[in-house]
Amino acid sequence: MQLTRTDLGQAYRKMRLIRTFETRVHAEAQAGRVPGSTHLYAGQEAVAVGVCMALNDCDYIVSTHRGHGHSIAKGCNVGGMMAEILGKETGTCKGKGGSMHIADLDVGMLGANGIVGGGPPLACGAALSAVTLGTGAVSVAFSGDGAVNQGTTAESLNLAMVWNLPVIFVIEDNGWGEATSSDFATAGSIVDRARGYGMAAHKVDGLSLSDVYESMVQAVARARAGKGPTLLHITTERFYGHFNGDVDTYRSAALKEDQRANRDCLIRLRTMLTEGGLLEAAELNDIDAEVEAEVETAVVAARAASEPDPANLTTDVYIHYGQGA
Amino acid sequence: MGKKTFRAALNEALHQEMAADPRVVVFGEDVTGGTGGDGEQDAWGGAFGVTKGLLGAYGRKRVLDTPITESAFVGAAAGAALTGLRPVVEIMFVDFIGVCLDQVMNQAAKFRYMFGGKTRCPMVLRATFGAGARSASQHSQALYPLFTHIPGLKVVIPSNPSDAKGLLIQAIRDDDPVIFLEHKMLYDEAGEVSDQPFTVPFGEARILREGKDATIIAFGRMVGRAEEAARILSAEGIKISVIDPRTTSPLDTETILEFAEETGRVIVVDEASPRCGMAADIASLVAEQAFGALKAPIYKVTPPHTPVPYAPSLEDAYLPDAARIADTVRRSIAYKGKS
Repeated sequence: MQLTRTDLGQAYRKMRLIRTFETRVHAEAQAGRVPGSTHLYAGQEAVAVGVCMALNDCDYIVSTHRGHGHSIAKGCNVGGMMAEILGKETGTCKGKGGSMHIADLDVGMLGANGIVGGGPPLACGAALSAVTLGTGAVSVAFSGDGAVNQGTTAESLNLAMVWNLPVIFVIEDNGWGEATSSDFATAGSIVDRARGYGMAAHKVDGLSLSDVYESMVQAVARARAGKGPTLLHITTERFYGHFNGDVDTYRSAALKEDQRANRDCLIRLRTMLTEGGLLEAAELNDIDAEVEAEVETAVVAARAASEPDPANLTTDVYIHYGQGA
Repeated sequence: MGKKTFRAALNEALHQEMAADPRVVVFGEDVTGGTGGDGEQDAWGGAFGVTKGLLGAYGRKRVLDTPITESAFVGAAAGAALTGLRPVVEIMFVDFIGVCLDQVMNQAAKFRYMFGGKTRCPMVLRATFGAGARSASQHSQALYPLFTHIPGLKVVIPSNPSDAKGLLIQAIRDDDPVIFLEHKMLYDEAGEVSDQPFTVPFGEARILREGKDATIIAFGRMVGRAEEAARILSAEGIKISVIDPRTTSPLDTETILEFAEETGRVIVVDEASPRCGMAADIASLVAEQAFGALKAPIYKVTPPHTPVPYAPSLEDAYLPDAARIADTVRRSIAYKGKS
């Protein structure tokens, strides 16, 4: 399925929105306005956007600790997200979750996850719901390269095959599990691991939005047709350290410069659009300005919002928790 | 009404709720048994036979065998519950929670709070627990304090067939994640159980008997042993109240405190390990909130702080029995305090 000019413009907007959002989160964190940890998605935008463009609103994603990009790509509101990250009561989760637990089931976003490897079993469950209830939905488990060495991932690959679930495992390989390289940490081939379960699996260039999108379209079609799960091993780049306090000394300055200059998915898309005559630089600049304003609005509102009332500390644990009911 | 075993009561609850609500699905290891083989299908109906017959009634779309893969299928239950199903999953022995606790503790239990109250996770995790079957250290634990400790979970421990049915139906209809623990030595116990679907509310203790001299609070299989102790003591003229909280989360603190106030002597019988267990929890509750009414220290009757042993002589010594409970009550009554 070819992307139209309009699709590409929307993709660029989403990717730019993620990049700008993350840049601002970084700045807010540096300024001491983010109470907890954040794990920035900058550099990986083509993965989240390429994957989510192939999904419908009724489809599900489960995310990771590095989840802002997935959330934005699936349609979460950036105002709510920024407020959540700043720990405000207007946040997506009323300030109870923070960066690592942003979720919005109304857009099929089943939650970022603070546990590496926590998501794949949940995605199997969402896919089981789709099958049992006959909704036709598919689910996507975003995982990092670090998560492939968790038992939950291996178990989920197997269960998805055994139950023939409409689930797509998206392994976003940014080369680093926290501060340890995936070259060191992961034996063998991730694609071969999936194929060992008899699963369709492909390696994909995550710097190419269209490659990600096209491989996802195929995977989604397979899943919707009842042909079972697919694993996509998507290589990508992590621009920041593991978390906002990580000074990232384990990667050389030269590597990081090269990464920003030559392996930036957003620059690649922009170049492809302008050189291919699909969108003018001026149009893209307009998008950049609009996105900048949108994120600025989110930041201003988030800063101004109230902190959650301590009276709400004990709400939302249970739907009902009667004692001597 | 009819006499049914604990196992049959649970099976009836599952049948009735699956018939009533197409969103209820059952999965776990060997919940049917025989899948993929050329022999009998639904050969096991669960390792203890609790899910027998569901396959025939509701088919493989709603009754699914899983590989031996607790992390994947417990997590799948949490994900399915988030997205519209009401899964009832079976962990064959609660001891196996060690390989999948993350999916319970960090996922299912926390969704609603982390996500700002916007989600519901109506899953039931059924598991067998308890000592007495000569199953040794990895198949005999009473881990309910572990779950009780985790906000977001509800924890249910039926002690008799009727409660087993009513509490399981409540668990399936409940919109929060519920850990439902079945003592494996109770499966063959029989009792009167209504044929109709009914619920037993959570957080409402059952009062088995009322007596003015002391209160015994007991859980699961220990409820029967507390009753036995009360009968022994009754013959000696000592009148005991016996309370079965039935759920440890929520806990019916009101009833516990009421009886503590009335009798002034409290004995807690708990099959869980003594440290940070329910006995310790209830002792602290009573000490803090009914201190003035106490005529004696709160006594705990628990196993020693050891793993569950294998040999019958050791396992029998491990578990609290009626004689030990009765002795402890006598000790409470004999307590004079400082003069």
